[in-house]
Amino acid sequence: MKSFVTRRLYSHAFYGVTWTSPLPIWLAFFFIGPVVLLLWLSFWDVRNFVLTPDFQLDNWIRILSADYFWTAYFRTSAFAAAAAVTVSLLALPCSLAISFFFAMRGRLILLSLFIVPFFTSYLVRVYSWQIYLTENGIISRLAEFFGVNAASLLNTPFALLVGFVTLTFPLVIVTQSISMLSIDRTLIDAAYNLGCGPARILTAAVLPAAKPGIVIGALFAFIFSFGDFVTPTYLGGGKFTTLSILIADTVKSGQQWPRAAVIAIMMIATLLSVALVSIAIAYRRK
Amino acid sequence: MRVSARTKTVFRLFCFLILAFLYAPIVTNFVFSLNSDRFPTIPLGEATLDWYRLAFTDDLLRSALLNSVIVGAIVAPVSTLMGFAAAYADYRFNFFGKRLILVLALLPPLIPLVVIGLAMLAYLSRIGLSGTLPAIVASHIVLTSPFAMAIIRLRFAQIDGDLEFAAQNLGASNWRAFREVIIPSTKTAVLAAALLCLAVSFDEYAVTWFVGGLNETTSVRILSFLQSAVSPRINAIGSVTFIVSITLILGAQFLLLRKGTGGIGNAR
Repeated sequence: MKSFVTRRLYSHAFYGVTWTSPLPIWLAFFFIGPVVLLLWLSFWDVRNFVLTPDFQLDNWIRILSADYFWTAYFRTSAFAAAAAVTVSLLALPCSLAISFFFAMRGRLILLSLFIVPFFTSYLVRVYSWQIYLTENGIISRLAEFFGVNAASLLNTPFALLVGFVTLTFPLVIVTQSISMLSIDRTLIDAAYNLGCGPARILTAAVLPAAKPGIVIGALFAFIFSFGDFVTPTYLGGGKFTTLSILIADTVKSGQQWPRAAVIAIMMIATLLSVALVSIAIAYRRK
Repeated sequence: MRVSARTKTVFRLFCFLILAFLYAPIVTNFVFSLNSDRFPTIPLGEATLDWYRLAFTDDLLRSALLNSVIVGAIVAPVSTLMGFAAAYADYRFNFFGKRLILVLALLPPLIPLVVIGLAMLAYLSRIGLSGTLPAIVASHIVLTSPFAMAIIRLRFAQIDGDLEFAAQNLGASNWRAFREVIIPSTKTAVLAAALLCLAVSFDEYAVTWFVGGLNETTSVRILSFLQSAVSPRINAIGSVTFIVSITLILGAQFLLLRKGTGGIGNAR
């Protein structure tokens, strides 16, 4: 009998381990491993074009004292912040409409339609935006037709924003809508019964209750715009060097991986801090 | 909310305006893939299938397509299984470090792809894997399994947790209860997750470009085309990738939202 019990226990433990372990093991090997190596790599040396394990601060000093790094750093942050604000403002009316002005069926269809583009090739969509924005492209031809002289919009901050909205809008609208749909409707009815108009209901009831979704949505937009290298490369024409472009260039053009690693770690550290601050703001109670 | 009909209409119209913006690049891509002019702009030239013909006689593109299919065929089932295992473990067991594992599992999509690409490239070249298909597969599993886990976990949230224990009280073993209770109630979500993983893997270019070396997938091939020159061939290939990913994601959404068992769109 005892052996039966231990066997049962053993088989139960085996059952648990079977399901619990695969993903953590895989991530340990192919995610934690690479990220830890990246940290270590930032202290390595490059001698005669060969990567050599070492522990020296030279890469850090070089990158952190380089003007081009800080220019790129603040430019990248500014673009990502602008994208987060723009996308959030554009998504708010949409998620309000989805949550309050459509019936269940319309809601599901609209959300599905908003999600689909997120899973299509961003590269090809960026190429299409080039066709719209370039010199003699669709937009400048249309403007010409209406007698407006429009030069190329490509390689402008506006073009970058177009790209970032295309890239991150689906994420933001889904996060905002989820938090708006989960608002207790009696809260809104109560505000209405107390004599609040639509504007007051929006600012006093809906927006505060949906704050977590709005902040986390903006965070997603920031994260994805901050790290993307396709938008600044193909819609910015390389005119706006961002951190991700710095990394891609460094890696593809030579052996200076340790310096690229420093930039990469600075990116992770920035995103982590922004994420922690956002989460704190999102879930802070007054 | 009680607002005037006009306000509602304005908000709804705004929704459709944004949808038009999001679909505009997809639609123009289809249009220009069928347009004879070399430089894509308006007015349009004649209708033609030349760009498709030109694209699919390209040997590099054909081997890239084959690579994409091989990678997807391995990544989708493996990622889905791992995501499923993690979702089930989270639903069923309580153990030390569970939250840590969950945070870890959701981290990869939040780290810039170039950063993951660089880290992967450095790591995989240390273990002699960089520039191979297995390198692409390994990194795609890291990138797609969080999606699978999230979707399947949503489905678990709707299953009555007592069912499995009831089955065990009636004498079923762990595995038997799993087979009789868990598999039937999650299989649709699992299939949907697999389709999503396939779509994400098919369109991934950044990490693939870093770790793949000379092994190009379709998206990396598109990236090379973009780097070289403007050519309506990109529109032709792009249309094909759009059809593939839109089919996959619509399939996944259909599975998740349809009425009946297994979807996450059902009201409890």
